[in-house]
Amino acid sequence: MTEMTAEAVRAEIHAWLERNWDPNFGLVEWRNKLVDSGWGAPHWPKQWYGRDLADGLLPIVDEEFDRIGAVGVAKMGIRTLAAATILAHGTDLHKEKFLRRILTGEDTWCQLFSEPGSGSDLAGAMTRAERRGNRWVINGQKVWTTSAHRADYGLLLARTNVDLPKHRGLAYFILDMRQPGVEVVPLRQMNGHASFNQVFFTDAEVAPEFLVEEDGDGWKIATTTLMHERRGADALRRYVKPSQRPERIYREEAREIAIDLEPYKWYPQRAGRVDLLIARAKETGKNADPVVRQEIAKVMIMASCAEWTARRARTAHQHGRPQGPEGSLGKLASSHIARAANQVHTLISGTDAMLTGKNSPMNGVIAEILVSTPAISIAGGTDEIQKNIIAERVLKMPKEPRSDTDRPFREVPKNALPR
Amino acid sequence: MRFSFTDEQREFRSVVRRFLEDKSPTSEVRRLMETDIGHDPEVWRSLTQDLGLTAIHVPEIYGGQGFGISELAITVEEMGRALLCAPYFASTVLATTAILRAGTDAQKRALLPDIAAGQTIAALAFTEENGRWDSGGVAATATRVEEKHRLDGVKSFVLDGHTADVIVVLARRPGSTDADGLSFFTVRGDAVGLQRRPLETVDQTRKLARLAFSGVEAELLGEDGGAAGPLQATLDVAATCLANEMVGGAERLRESAVTFANMRVQFGRPIASFQSLKHKAADMLLDVELAKSAAYYAAAAADEGDDELPALASLAKAAASEAYMQTAIHAVQIHGGIGFTWDNDTHLWFKRAKSSEVFLGGPAYHRERLMQIWKV
Repeated sequence: MTEMTAEAVRAEIHAWLERNWDPNFGLVEWRNKLVDSGWGAPHWPKQWYGRDLADGLLPIVDEEFDRIGAVGVAKMGIRTLAAATILAHGTDLHKEKFLRRILTGEDTWCQLFSEPGSGSDLAGAMTRAERRGNRWVINGQKVWTTSAHRADYGLLLARTNVDLPKHRGLAYFILDMRQPGVEVVPLRQMNGHASFNQVFFTDAEVAPEFLVEEDGDGWKIATTTLMHERRGADALRRYVKPSQRPERIYREEAREIAIDLEPYKWYPQRAGRVDLLIARAKETGKNADPVVRQEIAKVMIMASCAEWTARRARTAHQHGRPQGPEGSLGKLASSHIARAANQVHTLISGTDAMLTGKNSPMNGVIAEILVSTPAISIAGGTDEIQKNIIAERVLKMPKEPRSDTDRPFREVPKNALPR
Repeated sequence: MRFSFTDEQREFRSVVRRFLEDKSPTSEVRRLMETDIGHDPEVWRSLTQDLGLTAIHVPEIYGGQGFGISELAITVEEMGRALLCAPYFASTVLATTAILRAGTDAQKRALLPDIAAGQTIAALAFTEENGRWDSGGVAATATRVEEKHRLDGVKSFVLDGHTADVIVVLARRPGSTDADGLSFFTVRGDAVGLQRRPLETVDQTRKLARLAFSGVEAELLGEDGGAAGPLQATLDVAATCLANEMVGGAERLRESAVTFANMRVQFGRPIASFQSLKHKAADMLLDVELAKSAAYYAAAAADEGDDELPALASLAKAAASEAYMQTAIHAVQIHGGIGFTWDNDTHLWFKRAKSSEVFLGGPAYHRERLMQIWKV
């Protein structure tokens, strides 16, 4: 494989887009062209719709897409985790069947990992997969499942053997969500939104060819998915802006973005809306209160420091230096900032902080901050787990002794089954 | 803005670190902090002449090395880490910067080469007994008598003021207020009418003095009545450097706390394996790394002549003050009873954290200043 230079990549994608891009394509029609050309996912392997392009050259491709206004492949949601996992562990059949429709956005995916009984301890999954005849039969319950209500397929972590230690008795399946044994129920959160679902399996079925790798490899494969989730979390947090242009493909894309982002519409509030603090203090006159001024400064200092810390981590990465401790702190910093911002918004809004809805500050946005920030220190790994990871991996402190990994899963204390 | 150090800067840091590990072990810190002058002349000679550290940010035409604030910041970060006892912050950071910002070309040529060579130790006397860190707190007067000036008043909290050879003094024209009528002057340490008394300090590694001036003859430094701008510029650089010094000390404390926790056994296992300790250690890492980012960013901004330096200096000083003190509190706690003894080294940094928290203005002062600069 020859390494392409940045200039050569730029020239080639530029020329290709000049020849092929037309905003009057349908979204799927255009994306199929992208998939065929290898420019939809150029960092993927050549034999699977890519061009083996180094990750470092992707920004050049993105720039050329932006320059001409071309729409890219579907990049949002769990489908990118599905693609990464299938590319790493899937069979040719899996790649054949799923990868193209992931890129075109025709299929939607969900991740079936968390359970009511296993949140931080994902390897404690109790959803059962049993082999009956030539079928795997699934029974149990998953939770916190984004997009399950419209998903075509799910990435399922399930237990096949309770006589093995917990990490070894798991398997990883690709599950067809559109079957009678799968029931999806929305899960309402404390802030009133229902961005996630509960998924119940009653004798749901998976054909043997949709077991990924071997029975017992579930934890290893789930780790791949989670690694990509962590990497992609920052990208997902960035605001994806739909184009206002009138042509058909932009309208279709805007509709897709609106649907994909719907579960995340309260995420800015979850992060505490530090950007609103000064404006709110001025409009309420609380900027004259020395206590409020101190508290605003504290949050804004923390937010600035967190941003610069992230920049340090990115710069070190770009220079090919080993990641320092600064790289693992972003999530923990976000929790601190959100909690502090919540308190300062309360201080600024005063008695009005008791109100919600149209007649409350900023049409309910402030109220939404006040009841959304608790999510940030839980979702995607609790602060407590995050701190364990930092202490053990970055600071090299010893692990806490465990009593759940060296004996059959059936003997490990568990939560009571919900139903 | 630059978000990483260059290879040269990293190499420079490791040279300074090795030097300080050799010259400033805690046994030396403990010996020197009990002395009046507070430093070892032989180490000072080596630091100034072998390493040229007192010349870093002085332009070459004034006998310096012509590096930037980032290199100065790296140096003080390492000194904060090693808790070096030396008049470096007083002479190189405060007095040198004030002379660079306020002095005429001729004055810089006259004063800086000796200071940059470390042969003259200088101090900056601007704070008074009211303990204010802004120009409004200055009451000392400079009265013009023919071509000379005579200083009257009391300066306090003067870093290394009792040992300095040259003192840069901030005083005002009689009857002026606030930033108006302020000028810098230079005075010899042994000038007639100057009484110097060391203050008894919590942090024995940072020597402070009270200087009483009565009719002391002084040379005007720079423009008559024009010191307010240079003073502020000096304090912004100084706050930036102090923030870097603090994160150096905080990181050392954080590391020593984890080392201790890994070693200390209770209930049959290292206490570092308990989540309560691990979570505290992770919080300490977060505090220190966030403050480091602010300190580094402010230093880079100073080098780029960024207009936001005043805000960034205050931001970094506030962040580093909180982080250092919090780290020191956690570090004592992690050490347990041992951490509260005089024999354990933790208290040396704890006390430096306390003096640094207050020196050049506490975190609340800098947060309020930040809010004013940001027009909140």
